[in-house]
Amino acid sequence: MGRKITIEPVTRVEGHGKVTIHLDDYGNVTQTRLHIVEFRGFERFVQGRPYWEMPVLVQRLCGICPVSHHLAAAKALDVIVGAGTGEGLTPTAEKMRRLMHYGQIFQSHSLHFFHLASPDMVFGIDGDPATRNIIGLALKNPELAVQGVMMRKFGQEIIRATAGKKIHGTGAIPGGINKHLSIEERDEFLKGADPLNADRMIEWSQAAVNWFKDYHKKNRDFIDNYAVFPSNHLSLVRKDGAMDLYHGVLRAVDPEGNKILHDVDYQDYLDYIDEEVRSWSYMKFPYLKELGKSKGWYTVGPLGRLNTADFIPTPLAQKEFEEYKAYTKGKPNNMSMHMHWARLIEILHSAEMMKELLIDPDIVSGELVTKGEKRNQGVGLIEAPRGTLFHHYEINGKDQVIMANLIVSTTNNNQPMNEAVNYVAKNYMTGQDEITEPMMNAVEVGIRAYDPCLSCATHAFGQMPLEFSLFNSRDELIDFRRRS
Amino acid sequence: MSKPVIATTSLAGCFGCHMSLLDIDERILPLIELVEFNKSPIDDIKKFTKQCDIGLIEGGCSNSENVHVLREFRKRCNILVSVGECAIMGGLPAMRNGIPIKDCLRVAYLTGPSTTANTEHLIPNDPELPMMLDKVYPCQDIVKIDYYLPGCPPRADLIWEMLISLIKGKPAELPYEVIKFD
Repeated sequence: MGRKITIEPVTRVEGHGKVTIHLDDYGNVTQTRLHIVEFRGFERFVQGRPYWEMPVLVQRLCGICPVSHHLAAAKALDVIVGAGTGEGLTPTAEKMRRLMHYGQIFQSHSLHFFHLASPDMVFGIDGDPATRNIIGLALKNPELAVQGVMMRKFGQEIIRATAGKKIHGTGAIPGGINKHLSIEERDEFLKGADPLNADRMIEWSQAAVNWFKDYHKKNRDFIDNYAVFPSNHLSLVRKDGAMDLYHGVLRAVDPEGNKILHDVDYQDYLDYIDEEVRSWSYMKFPYLKELGKSKGWYTVGPLGRLNTADFIPTPLAQKEFEEYKAYTKGKPNNMSMHMHWARLIEILHSAEMMKELLIDPDIVSGELVTKGEKRNQGVGLIEAPRGTLFHHYEINGKDQVIMANLIVSTTNNNQPMNEAVNYVAKNYMTGQDEITEPMMNAVEVGIRAYDPCLSCATHAFGQMPLEFSLFNSRDELIDFRRRS
Repeated sequence: MSKPVIATTSLAGCFGCHMSLLDIDERILPLIELVEFNKSPIDDIKKFTKQCDIGLIEGGCSNSENVHVLREFRKRCNILVSVGECAIMGGLPAMRNGIPIKDCLRVAYLTGPSTTANTEHLIPNDPELPMMLDKVYPCQDIVKIDYYLPGCPPRADLIWEMLISLIKGKPAELPYEVIKFD
């Protein structure tokens, strides 16, 4: 008798995402699916709006990393207003945006690691669900919790100073930025009272990387063998191959490290990338056209970025990068749980970048906006905390948007997350009659490594709520559990 | 005296209001001392385990599940607060109101520039996917709401002041500077 298991997140998501697992008569897993069950229609309802509204409007997709959408939209509009891409902006505009972006990466990665992932590690995957969260962490390990809270605060303050607001700001405008950093603000970030200054943030970031490496040493089996599967990897890189989270060319590598997308101009992304629609999920499945739907899918985010980049252009993060790469002998890393390691190296890189930008005089003076000849469409890409984010707009003669196309980071990770669910289901559920709490958390941990932003937020606090239903082949409910 | 109990949820929102709550930063530590959290994404309690004093609602109602959760919050919380523009008036997701939903789906799955391989004209329709409401509704259209906090999102200081005054049963001191509508 075949069976179907349904894993349904219910709170924040209240039906945004769920997992179904089908088992055959012998208890073998035959099919797994991560369904994204929310649809909002942004690409349609921004049609008709003035183009300059996009950076403030579309960021309302996501309150966790709104800066990414704010900047990706602004970059697409830079092209439309004739300011070019990346290097076309004034030094002040580009550096202010970069500062905003690295502040964003820093706060979002801090949130993910300290508030979300570290409780799993501090309390164990099979720890008591009642305490396995940020509040439990604050009570058990206040030092770690306070560092997380203050690191997130520093990133948020950087965003406030560059974008005007911590959440849903207004700093980036088509062709540039609308303000400088004041000298007082800059000095506060560089020399502010402990712990809110750039040097302390670098120190704490390094400590977080060390914390993870120590954890890894003691838990190698878990970190190295959990949801491991071959994948292509994609991200922006700087033209010289350096990691660059704000701007660059598009590169992809296969599981062996061979380049399959050769540093191309992302204005031409439609030549390389298409999205598959499947009936069972509102989230589409992007793939590289050349390799086709079944082989062309790829991973984005920290894991993808550390697999595509040749080096990291700040010294402390580069040192960690070398150690990280040596662990896989320079080959692409396909271990899902190493996403956390990669994320922490990026936190360190962001901390170093923030300091580098803060001491740059262009931040406090210089021209803000570039103007040029208007074009009718533009593409903006950025490396959001969770991976490559695509915005593409087309306008008419009245400056109204007539086409918007968004491929968000988590969409790019759709197939990898499905692969992770499949891996965990096969390893933890094959032949099982009863669903246990550790099995439920196992599925979550696999998905969570990708830091998915289902509706750009689903998972942000503690564990995802899950509902499991076990059905027989006639779809009759034979077992039901809800984590509470 | 037992601590006041708080529950929170995000309906059709972007989680920015919950992020703004986190923007109280280090004040989260005294808050944990002052109150007890019940059903909330913050603490993994998925079902109400007791009657709560304060419920914070982010987001409006875009599907029937949102309506169900909102009604449950009304039943289980003595005071219900709409936090942010989406809960108060639908917010940005309500921009779809007035556009036929089929049109939204068509643009996303059929006519978009990166869905060229969708030659079967497939639109997601699996029974696993829930039904949407005809439009996005503000929370007060569904249940009685006691307080409204404006902003997209409301500033952390506004959320903090409101919470402290509700917890202590004192009138809120809300200077002009913390009340904003953006």
